[in-house]
Amino acid sequence: MITLTINGLPVSVDEGATLLEAARGLGFPIPTLCHMDGLTPYGACRLCVVEIGEGAKAKLVSACTYTAENGLKVRTASSRVLRARRMILELLLASCPQSKTVQDLAAAHEVRRQRFRQEYENCFLCGLCARMCAEQMMAGAIGFRGRGDRRSIGTPFDTPAETCRLCGGCMYVCPACQLRCTYTEPEKAICGGCANLSPPCLEKKQFDDMMCYMSPCVACEINKH
Amino acid sequence: MFELTHGFLQEFKALQDRILADRDPSIPVIVIPAGTCGQASGANDLIRLSKRELLARKLTDKIHLRITGCHGFCQAEPSVLIEPYGTFYPKLASKEMPRIVAAVAEGRVIEDLLWKDPQTRKRVERQRDISFFRSQARTILFRNEKVDPIRIFNYVENGGYSSLVKVLIKGNPHWVVEEVKTSGLRGRGGAGFPTGIKWELLANQPNGRGKFLVCNGDEGDPGAYMDRSVLEGNPHSIIEGLLIGAFATGATEGVVYVRSEYPLAIKHLVIALRQARDIGLLGKDILGTGFSFDIQLVKGAGAFVCGEETALIRSVEGKRGEPRQRPPFPVESGIEGKPTAINNVETWANIPIIIEQGSQEFAKVGTPKNTGTKIFSLVGKVKNTGLVEVPMGITIGQIVYDIGGGPSGRAKIKAVQTGGPSGGCIPSSMFDLSIDYESLAKVGSIMGSGGMIVMDENTCMVDVAKYFMKFLMDESCGKCFTCRKGTQRMWEMLDDISVGKGTVAHLDLLEELALIVKDTSMCGLGQTAANPVLTTLRYFRDEYLTHVTKKFCPATVCRDLFSYRVVAEKCTGCGLCVKVCPSGALSGQRKKPHSLDMSKCLKCRACYEVCNLEAIAGDAIILVPHSGLTKEETA
Repeated sequence: MITLTINGLPVSVDEGATLLEAARGLGFPIPTLCHMDGLTPYGACRLCVVEIGEGAKAKLVSACTYTAENGLKVRTASSRVLRARRMILELLLASCPQSKTVQDLAAAHEVRRQRFRQEYENCFLCGLCARMCAEQMMAGAIGFRGRGDRRSIGTPFDTPAETCRLCGGCMYVCPACQLRCTYTEPEKAICGGCANLSPPCLEKKQFDDMMCYMSPCVACEINKH
Repeated sequence: MFELTHGFLQEFKALQDRILADRDPSIPVIVIPAGTCGQASGANDLIRLSKRELLARKLTDKIHLRITGCHGFCQAEPSVLIEPYGTFYPKLASKEMPRIVAAVAEGRVIEDLLWKDPQTRKRVERQRDISFFRSQARTILFRNEKVDPIRIFNYVENGGYSSLVKVLIKGNPHWVVEEVKTSGLRGRGGAGFPTGIKWELLANQPNGRGKFLVCNGDEGDPGAYMDRSVLEGNPHSIIEGLLIGAFATGATEGVVYVRSEYPLAIKHLVIALRQARDIGLLGKDILGTGFSFDIQLVKGAGAFVCGEETALIRSVEGKRGEPRQRPPFPVESGIEGKPTAINNVETWANIPIIIEQGSQEFAKVGTPKNTGTKIFSLVGKVKNTGLVEVPMGITIGQIVYDIGGGPSGRAKIKAVQTGGPSGGCIPSSMFDLSIDYESLAKVGSIMGSGGMIVMDENTCMVDVAKYFMKFLMDESCGKCFTCRKGTQRMWEMLDDISVGKGTVAHLDLLEELALIVKDTSMCGLGQTAANPVLTTLRYFRDEYLTHVTKKFCPATVCRDLFSYRVVAEKCTGCGLCVKVCPSGALSGQRKKPHSLDMSKCLKCRACYEVCNLEAIAGDAIILVPHSGLTKEETA
């Protein structure tokens, strides 16, 4: 067992447990985007940063990837952490404003504006889909390619991957709703376009064989009435 | 403890003695540096011509020829050094080579080909008397002059592998680790972690599964090339360093990671590794001592981030070069999950020197906490550019003015950028800062691998920050959202500022974002990516403010932020500006005021220079903000 302090409270966790697991065990909320139980921690979104160490050696680390150490002092909501989180949410809003997940997180952290050039990207490269595909579906059909601002998710050579079973797992885990519903005019969309009152996923041929994983799907729900 | 009676060890000692006995130091040697820089500027022609000349004059027994790696004075390439006296001929045209061979044969010196000192205008004969070389302490680079990188006997002749033999005879790994620890050597890759402590940590790891030693030769900083020249010029020193390290830490496998943009370094390393293997210095049972170690060469695939140690490990494993969370540190879990110690090329090159000189002697150079020498690649707006090796603790001013020879043009030196894209800009007012890991960190920069870019008043600091941010935006691996998007957003804002769309709010947001990117990124690249922005904002805020409030770039680099105008009352009508203008924007009759058509102007500055420097012109062309109005007129 490893004993550490989180926000002043002592806690014991199993060896190998991450700071995120430890903090959530105590009931301290830490927002995440790229983390999902059952998939390997990746540490891409940086939303889960917490402050460790003291004095000049204090630093921010991602709670999902940092394993608990004996005697570690963790602060999950210090002003430094909150400032970083708000800036990350601002950057997310500037890039993927149509994601419902991002909107909710921003609202919860009282981020109501963003000061950068507005973009409408469909993906913030959290890598959940690629990990889902490789680790839970044992397919490895999609993955990262490129680096820097040209990094993207895709299949090898942009051709349909042989290993893809069209299971839809990637869409199910996507927090940006990119693969589920993309309205053609992103600036008008609230949540990827589902709220435009027609089920856009059904209009697209490649979704014919698929189930809709949105539960409940906003578009379908509205159409029912 | 190995006795000298060990067959192979004794044989190797005998070989060393025989090579040394065969050497005749009185025979003159023509040394031609032919690293990548030398070859690019024509060293291959010099080599060919000198070979032909030596054969034609039947001088092969009387004059020797040695092809070496770079000596460091890249600006003077292609050059020739005549040993033993050290006569130095810089920037040689290939047609001069026969004259030089003849002069060497007759023991003469060709006066008019010698180096001309730019300050005193006097000819200097010996290399070591040239101002560029005089103030240096060349313990590592000096060996580049003595060794032909593709001849192992040449290395042995100059004391090569004797440190390894010393270590093997002593037979005590613990002693080696202690030597490196007391020498105070710190990692030359940038962060400055004490090498001895890293080795001790590795040595203390359980040895069941094998351990790795890695030489990090993924040198990607723009304007930095010291690792390249050590790998090209003296690959055996790296192999010897790794062998000593392996003996000390119990490592079983070695990896030299070189970026594939360094083909010559790779070629020389491949040859050196083969030669070392051939004479029993690598592989199983080295020199019959029972100690086994082998080194493989891994070529990088062109990503800057692979210089970061966890990304390098993944790259060696054949995966995407992406950093991961530390801990676990590589020394616990590195390549294939085995304990791994990664050191920079220059660190490895220092190891044989420490063993040879003894740790006490090594620690005498530099300052108590920063021992030894460091190689910097001095580039930018100085007279002498090239690789300089100096003791730690020397001031920036000494490097820039004493070795670099001061500004290359008329403009004053404004700042020095150290540490590549992760480093910061240090203003000239702080040039008495001592160069060591702590002092540089205190002013917001880093030692880095040793790039040193000198900037003068014609360099715009906004543009510098923008350049580095573009580099980082392309080279970030993209894993951490804050690093990928943060560098992109910072670049966007800097771009806005450089085209006149910036506001004061931009500066505050830029600083706010930079601090968050520094705080929240996972690896060293992201954590230091904000340094160019933060240091320029800290020391050159005025310049940023001029950009955003007056929409003016005083260094005339941001082309959207300045304009030229001819003041008719001052114009003498000399016509010089019309002559130099490449785009025909200036026109006018002689002796009458000229006119400037800004729609054709390329803003190349040529007219401004002639008008303000030539005596017959009347300083009539002036620099104005983009609006075309001077400050007084705006008011």
